[in-house]
Amino acid sequence: MTFEAPGFWPPSGPEVVFLLLGVVAVGSALLVVTTRQLVHAALWLVLCFGALAGGYLVLTAEFVAWVQVLIYVGAIVVLLLFGIMLTRAPIGRSADLDSGNRWAAVLVALATAGVLVSVVVAGFGTAYAPLEPGQGAAKPLGSSIFRTWVLPFEALSVLLLAALIGAIVLSRTDIRGRE
Amino acid sequence: MHIVYPVVVSALLFSIGVYGVLARRNAILVLMSVELMLNAVNLNLVAFDVWLRDRLHGGQVLTLFVIVIAAAEIGLGLAIVLAVYRNRQSIDVDRLRDLSETGASEEAGPPEEPVGVGEDADREARP
Amino acid sequence: MISVVVLIVLLPFVAAVAGLLGSRWPRGGSRTKENDRAAARRAAWFAIAPVTGSLLLTLWLASWSARALPRGSASYTGARFWAGLLPGSTEGTLTMVETGSVPISFTLRADGLSILIGVLVVVVALAVQVYSVGYMRDDPRHPSYSAFISLFTSAMLLVVYAGDLIVLYAGWEIMGLCSYLLIGHWWEDRANSRAAVKAFLVTRLGDVGFLFGIFTLGFAAGSFRIDDVLSADIPRGTLITATMLLLAGVAGKSAQVPLQTWLPDAMAGPTPISALIHAATMVAAGIFIVARLYPAFLGAQPTLDVLAVVAAIGMLGAALAALAQDDLKRVLAYSTISQLAYMAAGLAAGSDKAAIFHLLTHGAFKALLFLGAGAVIHHVGSNLMTHMGGLRTSIPITFAAMTVGFAALMGLPPASGFFSKDAVIAAIEHSHSPAQPFLYGAALLTVGVTGAYAMRAWLRTFFGPARVEALPEPPPGTAHVFDGREAPRSMLWPIGVLAVPALLLGFAGVTEVDWGSALVSLIVALLGAGVVYAFWRGAPHQDPARMLGPFRTACERAFYVDEAYRAVFARPVLRLARGVVRTDGQVVDGAVRGAGRLTMSLSGFVRLAQNGNAQLYVTGLLAGLLLITVAAVVLG
Repeated sequence: MTFEAPGFWPPSGPEVVFLLLGVVAVGSALLVVTTRQLVHAALWLVLCFGALAGGYLVLTAEFVAWVQVLIYVGAIVVLLLFGIMLTRAPIGRSADLDSGNRWAAVLVALATAGVLVSVVVAGFGTAYAPLEPGQGAAKPLGSSIFRTWVLPFEALSVLLLAALIGAIVLSRTDIRGRE
Repeated sequence: MHIVYPVVVSALLFSIGVYGVLARRNAILVLMSVELMLNAVNLNLVAFDVWLRDRLHGGQVLTLFVIVIAAAEIGLGLAIVLAVYRNRQSIDVDRLRDLSETGASEEAGPPEEPVGVGEDADREARP
Repeated sequence: MISVVVLIVLLPFVAAVAGLLGSRWPRGGSRTKENDRAAARRAAWFAIAPVTGSLLLTLWLASWSARALPRGSASYTGARFWAGLLPGSTEGTLTMVETGSVPISFTLRADGLSILIGVLVVVVALAVQVYSVGYMRDDPRHPSYSAFISLFTSAMLLVVYAGDLIVLYAGWEIMGLCSYLLIGHWWEDRANSRAAVKAFLVTRLGDVGFLFGIFTLGFAAGSFRIDDVLSADIPRGTLITATMLLLAGVAGKSAQVPLQTWLPDAMAGPTPISALIHAATMVAAGIFIVARLYPAFLGAQPTLDVLAVVAAIGMLGAALAALAQDDLKRVLAYSTISQLAYMAAGLAAGSDKAAIFHLLTHGAFKALLFLGAGAVIHHVGSNLMTHMGGLRTSIPITFAAMTVGFAALMGLPPASGFFSKDAVIAAIEHSHSPAQPFLYGAALLTVGVTGAYAMRAWLRTFFGPARVEALPEPPPGTAHVFDGREAPRSMLWPIGVLAVPALLLGFAGVTEVDWGSALVSLIVALLGAGVVYAFWRGAPHQDPARMLGPFRTACERAFYVDEAYRAVFARPVLRLARGVVRTDGQVVDGAVRGAGRLTMSLSGFVRLAQNGNAQLYVTGLLAGLLLITVAAVVLG
């Protein structure tokens, strides 16, 4: 912040890498929301999350990057694929994955993008942060979590437990609501 | 690293997520779009954590928490989707119209797509 | 002394309240024959006893007034005609009502004029009450009927003894109400209630003018007290306006042209009512008012001229109409209009004395005629003279009494009508009004026509071949039963008693007879009667009215005044009313309903958004959020 911020051109090496990864992430995200095949959407999601993990690495947040890979790519996408399977979704192209709301959605999404981008460009156009490797390694992050953020961490574990029970109750058919 | 790059990427991802939530019919695709929006937020958090050089790593820790919550959310969401699928044999969100006023068809013309679930609802309303 | 006056007025009122509330108490509701009889008997007592009390008090008041010395307290009374006869007068203010501008004083006064009329009112009222006991026997509503008569008597006495115009107006309106209630006594017949409504509306039309006339006079004089009004110095223009307005009320109440149409229809009421209200007293109230406020009218010559024209048209037209009627009561009704027009003519000619004299004698002989007609109708069971004839042998007492009445109506000496009518005609002859020749001609012609119609009614009722036959069952709402005998004693006594003043009252004015004009009018009356007699003699079976020739239908329909009114007023008003209803239903209600329908259809558009699609909701939510953000940035 107090540094002399270098200009936008020429971009530095990490910036080039990050921009490439960002293009990949945005592109695959676009494919996620536009593809006509359900399973492809899940796979494009994997690519998007992977690119984001790469972006985290570039931003020196190594631990977050690995957690991203493990949980998102490893767990969540698998869960989603299970969901696709269990709802007997057709494999291959399906014609009606977009609802009639599509054009309104395009409009709103473009407006959102416009507002957000213009705001962040106006707000942080000149912000610059030199990258120092090791900031987001497991050790400093771990000590921070278990010193400073230990209470939210515990609360989160309770939340997970609750979500677990909730998922069980919701998905089991032999548990009836109170008459 | 110019902070504006990750922030713009996250803004675009968020907008794509918004589009997905609003435009997709399949509930699982909607859940995926929600994940996209969450990831956009995560990217933002990490970028600002780096920029602010937070010694407590609040941004990154919060990112971890969000990931955990996202995992919980996707679990519950899928459970709900499966329950809906079990009851209605369909997970198209724009056909789940139990929120609409029954009997509105007399005044405001027929509902747009009176098929599937809508018919169920009508049958319930008129025993 | 004023307390006596208050008692005179209040006694019939108490009778009315008692008759309404107490007749059926405590055995109230069950309408068995015995209960009805008992209620009628008690109602008769309630009705007759207080009126008798009023009569005695009035007579005592009259004797006191006759013996009293003239006092200067009421300034204008000094020169009035009754000063010689009943010089005593009394006046008392019971309470003052502050209104913010002109105060209303609850004042009663008794002077010669009011005592004279008061005697007439109570005598006729008593006669009618007694008569009604027989006439209305077996009528289940006799209690309310007699109570209304009592209320009417009270109101009329209030008018007569009022010392304040507002008090007078109150009595005036109560009289109108009683008239309405009693005309519609047999309301089961639709025509009767129509007649009652007609009478009410037509007199109300006049009363509007009357009320505003009172206001004009009161505000001009700064007081509603009659003494103050008459002694106040009111500009001539105001006086003319006020008296013209009063004249509207007079025309309405006294059934003068152009508001005369209600009186013949009012004959739908029971015959005693016609005798009391629509012949002897209430219709005379208009004449009484003019006499009461005569100094004011004398100050407004144009009003008197108008009155003269109205009277001239009314007396001749009504007399001709009477000549062609077949209904005995309608003959008498038109005759009443004609005779009231005589009184009005007397007033217009400048002689309130003659007018009041004729009012008194007319009250006596017309009440006698109506009661006699009631007895005839009671005997025959029909109102129509076609069904009568040859009755002189079967009901001799009624025949004698009615002969006296008809003689008085024709103006044959020595009956009272001769003297009073002569006084009126003499007054017209000697007046200097610009309408005098017209008025005099009309009066003389009317005398002839009066002789003719009286003769015709007399002949057709009591002479000729008997046409009495057992009629079919009387329609609902008529109390007549044919029994072939003379009427019951309770009906004969009043007739007999009224025959006395009808015959002899005229001699009070014997000293002032103008023998010249009396001879002329007598000859004219006999001429008219003679013509009718000649026609009748030729063919006793036929109606002498045929001598009118093609003119007869017009006379029978009273010159199509009713039809004209219906065409000119009733139909346009009805059409307007229908138009208003339609406007209300289609434009006003249509606007309201249209607003509702518009809202519903607009809400249908809004409803399109509420189609249950959660995605649409979220879209709207986000779009709104964005709009707010942009607006906050741009505007902030």
